[in-house]
Amino acid sequence: MEKSAQSTGVDFVHAVKEACLAAAITFGVLLPLIGFETVSNIDNKLVLHTRWGLLFTIVAIVGVGRLLMALVIAPRLAQRRIRPVAATAPSWLLLIGRWFAPFAIGFAIVYPVLAMGLTGFSGALKWVDNFGIQILIYVMLGWGLNIVVGLAGLLDLGYVAFYAVGAYSYALLAKNFGFSFWILLPLAGILSSFWGILLGFPVLRLRGDYLAIVTLAFGEIIRMVLINYVDLTNGYAGIGGIPRPSFFGLPFTADDDGFAAVFGLPFTPVYRTLFLYYLILALAFLTAFVTVRLRRLPVGRAWEALREDEIACRSLGINTTNTKLTAFAIGAMFGGFAGSFFAARQGFISPESFTFLESATVLSIVVLGGMGSQVGVAIAAILFIGGTEIMRDLDFLKQIFGPSFDPTQYRMLLFGFGMVIIMVFRPRGLISTREPSIFLKERKAISSDLVKEGHG
Amino acid sequence: MEVFLQQLINGITLGSIYGLIAIGYTMVFGIIGMVNFAHGDVFMVSAFVAMIAFLFVTTWLGIASITVALLIVLIVAMLFTSGVNWVIERLAYRPLRGSFRLAPLISAIGMSIFLSNFVQVTQGPRNKAIPPMVRGEFILLDSNNYAVALSYKQLIIWGITAVLLAAFWYLVAKTRLGRAQRACEQDQKMAALVGVNVDRTISMTFVIAAALAAVAGTMYLMYYGVVSFSDGFVPGVKAFTAAVLGGIGSLPGAVVGGLLIGLIETFWSAYFTIDYKDVAAFSVLAITLIFLPQGLFGRPDVEKV
Repeated sequence: MEKSAQSTGVDFVHAVKEACLAAAITFGVLLPLIGFETVSNIDNKLVLHTRWGLLFTIVAIVGVGRLLMALVIAPRLAQRRIRPVAATAPSWLLLIGRWFAPFAIGFAIVYPVLAMGLTGFSGALKWVDNFGIQILIYVMLGWGLNIVVGLAGLLDLGYVAFYAVGAYSYALLAKNFGFSFWILLPLAGILSSFWGILLGFPVLRLRGDYLAIVTLAFGEIIRMVLINYVDLTNGYAGIGGIPRPSFFGLPFTADDDGFAAVFGLPFTPVYRTLFLYYLILALAFLTAFVTVRLRRLPVGRAWEALREDEIACRSLGINTTNTKLTAFAIGAMFGGFAGSFFAARQGFISPESFTFLESATVLSIVVLGGMGSQVGVAIAAILFIGGTEIMRDLDFLKQIFGPSFDPTQYRMLLFGFGMVIIMVFRPRGLISTREPSIFLKERKAISSDLVKEGHG
Repeated sequence: MEVFLQQLINGITLGSIYGLIAIGYTMVFGIIGMVNFAHGDVFMVSAFVAMIAFLFVTTWLGIASITVALLIVLIVAMLFTSGVNWVIERLAYRPLRGSFRLAPLISAIGMSIFLSNFVQVTQGPRNKAIPPMVRGEFILLDSNNYAVALSYKQLIIWGITAVLLAAFWYLVAKTRLGRAQRACEQDQKMAALVGVNVDRTISMTFVIAAALAAVAGTMYLMYYGVVSFSDGFVPGVKAFTAAVLGGIGSLPGAVVGGLLIGLIETFWSAYFTIDYKDVAAFSVLAITLIFLPQGLFGRPDVEKV
């Protein structure tokens, strides 16, 4: 490696050696899991089948890839590295950054109309529902968690707990007491933030990884209580028939007093989807707006100060416990909002929707987007959730790999792989510059490579 | 009394498995300060490798002697899992060394998702059951229709754990590699200055951690006879709990913590309710971290400016 970096000429023998080594390692590592397949035979006993073809294809791909890397890509990278790296982001990126947010907001607002124009009235249902609403839920969750992780620097691996509290609060109160969505939405937020304070109180003395693990434990405890407290939550079977939100009292049904009938429109289920889309869009904007405003308030500044250096904060007289608790509670509140929206949209919830994987997904959206960056979080959510949703209907892949190829089972595989790859190449996330909330004389973007992370 | 004795035996068995995984967490945390989230899934991978090796040895090679078969399976699982973890460290964690502290954790979470889905894709989502490897048991005590049994496989687990812990202790305490590891744990820069190859030492730490996880995986497979792609997460978190309970960074702490968690879990299931046994483990984790963050054997965390 160092050799090829110094001499610009390509060392062919060295590259071939590297490629052979990479291929050999791949072969060794993948031999048991790809070389052999365990299949149940007719007697329901496991037998081994071999898959040499697949194994050697992968080994060959890795070998050739490593060869190309050593011969073509590495020398180019080495040349590029000679140029000094600027500490601040290039100006064109900042320009895009300045205009990206208004453009994205506009696009989000016209997106359902656009989808309907392109795919027809009922064809748009899938695009608005699977992509629009699904992505926006994660954007909102990402922005909510961004307050905790990105602004206050507290690593929370159990965020899904608050999402679950919001969802179950809505589902149980709506089903048992018949309250409407608009009463329960704030209530779910309040209950979630109450849980945030309750869980946050004992654990906020902890720092960094320890805090992460305790929040993970709490997230799992809440999920297990949801599974095992069958009398209340109906356990694994979940809660079905949750009342759907209404348009200020007008339900989206085919009845005479339904939304369509009152406005004299023909009944289709598209109205409800559109309504839900704009509802979650409004909730997400609310989250973003509140975050932006809070950053200007003393508490928001205290969060960011806390993220950078906790000890300095304490010496300046900031009450770190209260500051952390507010971040935890407000983040939890938005999680609760998203949860009650989720329950209202699905009409069915079960503990399966609130696994650790969800927490990890939201956390990785925040971190991969660039902690503290709202735009980055939104981009990461579109990339990850949109990407994994798109994997559901890539039917043309079946024509390449044969009819037994099912792209959906590779969704999470690629998801995990993507997390590792982005971390390796952009450990600070996609948007890794920070604009300080307060500044002396002029606003400057700071490359986050220059920012020291506190212990949180 | 009989129930207590039986649960004690079961708890120690389970605790040995947790302890072996916990060592991996504690070693990696000690040396690079990172919670290796994928370690539970490395353990799961090792159980799959062991299962494939077992099928290969018994059905293809036709080795009938269970001792030989088990020994081969154990060695094969250790070798391959070490290789897997070596590659993981090389690809997913080493480029992030010196990066900000969340990066390796996120990378490890991604690796954990990747590994469990990789196994799901390559080996199928169903539970894999194998015929029991070892049968038979000693009856220790037989009264009032309740027999306290110590099965051969439990004895094997105890024996292998004890032998491996002794070997591991020797490795860390007496060999050059162990000395290098302890040096890196204290101060990487200083260790590098006196000629320790830090990168190699960290790689070897991952290799050893994986080898011990592979032993745990093989024994898990032998004990339960069934394994699935999602079996990494919960044992992983419990082993992490064990490491935290013992004091993260402390090797004897990991073993003691593992035994304690195993005992807590079995006694909880026996005397209270089996539904909440995972809640018990997670609660222990939370309570330990809140009230005793340095664990039983750990050093207190000194805050430096």
